[in-house]
Amino acid sequence: MSKIIGLSGNEAAAYAAKQSKVDVVAAYPITPQTIIVERFSEYVANGEVETEFICVESEHSAMSACIGASLAGARVFTATCSQGLALMHEMLYIASGLRLPIVMDVANRALSAPINIHCDHSDMMGSRDCGWIQVFCENVQEVYDWTIQAFKLSEDLDVLLPTAVNFDGFTITHAMEDVNVLEDSDVEEFLSIRKTKYKLDPDEPMTFGALTLPDYYFEVKRQQEEAMKKAYEKYVNVVKQYEALSGRAYNYLHEFMLEDAEAAIICLGSTAGLVRQVAKKLRNKGRRVGVLKPWLFRPFPSKELLKALENVKSLAVLDRSLSFGAPFGPLCSDVITTLFSEEKTIPVFNVIYGLGGREITPKEVEDIFNLALKAAKTGKVEEKVKFVGVRE
Amino acid sequence: MKLTWKEVPIGGVIPKGGVAFEYKSGDWRTFKPVIDINKCVNCLICWIYCPDASIIRLERHVDVDYYHCKGCGICAEECPVKAITMREE
Repeated sequence: MSKIIGLSGNEAAAYAAKQSKVDVVAAYPITPQTIIVERFSEYVANGEVETEFICVESEHSAMSACIGASLAGARVFTATCSQGLALMHEMLYIASGLRLPIVMDVANRALSAPINIHCDHSDMMGSRDCGWIQVFCENVQEVYDWTIQAFKLSEDLDVLLPTAVNFDGFTITHAMEDVNVLEDSDVEEFLSIRKTKYKLDPDEPMTFGALTLPDYYFEVKRQQEEAMKKAYEKYVNVVKQYEALSGRAYNYLHEFMLEDAEAAIICLGSTAGLVRQVAKKLRNKGRRVGVLKPWLFRPFPSKELLKALENVKSLAVLDRSLSFGAPFGPLCSDVITTLFSEEKTIPVFNVIYGLGGREITPKEVEDIFNLALKAAKTGKVEEKVKFVGVRE
Repeated sequence: MKLTWKEVPIGGVIPKGGVAFEYKSGDWRTFKPVIDINKCVNCLICWIYCPDASIIRLERHVDVDYYHCKGCGICAEECPVKAITMREE
């Protein structure tokens, strides 16, 4: 059984965390994520949850408290974005290195300087290699669904990695949508009580975070990469089980009209909705275009991506962040590496867009599709990295 | 035999407590504190200041746990009767 209620992205995140029966929340408010923490603190104040809510003085402390609680075996949730995520950076690696299944919702926002509170993906991409599972949501429903599914994936004893659930600041965090929510009891059954391999316990002392020098550090890191592979395998079970419960089917990537597409756009997050709408319009004009949206960004769904793009003849990859001085933006780098590793050589170009909350328009998306269609015909790309929406 | 990555406990956990006892941090030392037991008044200021719990309390004077002492020299600095001198290893 489920019901539909009106929630903003932030409210959906808090609601999902509440239903996931988290034991501990340690968080620090930061725009545009603040409402997640606010709503959750209301649940605590009203006695609707039994969660221990730890008020901290910074995001660095928030993640530190999450790490301690997770070590003790608690189910832990937090939320942040932008400067807050950057301040956590050091602790993100400790959470993943200690193999702690913390779930963190990230309301993607640009990084300073100059100061800006609006959406782009620079914050998460700045911590791209922190060893966390990373998913990107397109709308409010996905924020709700992924916050719950993240616990299931993270807490699998073969995985034991933290997950960052990303969604676009303001565009999703502050947008009110109809959200299909599950019954509390269904979520409880889906997640069950968190089990642990090792935990902090005064009756059975153990050593966590011990010094490992050149003799063991490498082995621990190799093992962490294996956990990412396990996460990739287990991901399918999680989304299938969740589909059986909710009726909503997730996968590694969302594919739209790719079977016979000549040109395709790949993008993350809320932009995908707009891109699909433009694709539909172009399809009506007889242009064969498609859209690919990865839900899972880490571990990167290379195998599924290749399969989805089997028939595609050219590609535009949209990045909502810059990797200064790099050949391409972070998503495009991964896509090109994946294609090249399987000797798939099609024209690909990178579009950098939407930094600091700059909107991308349907007209701009249409122009990108037209460029990609041209590249599909000629087999050539004129501009490998294109900035769209910036004043020239 | 060192463990492979498939064998080490996840996250570098050591599934027991008190492992710092086994680690010979005394290896790090360049200068060692030497106690003149004739000068030592057993005031235990060195015992309080030692950051590594490497001062051993005895009946009439103190001694040093050289297995763990890293040779930081704080005990010698703090000793009010100059009973501790730092000597190169």
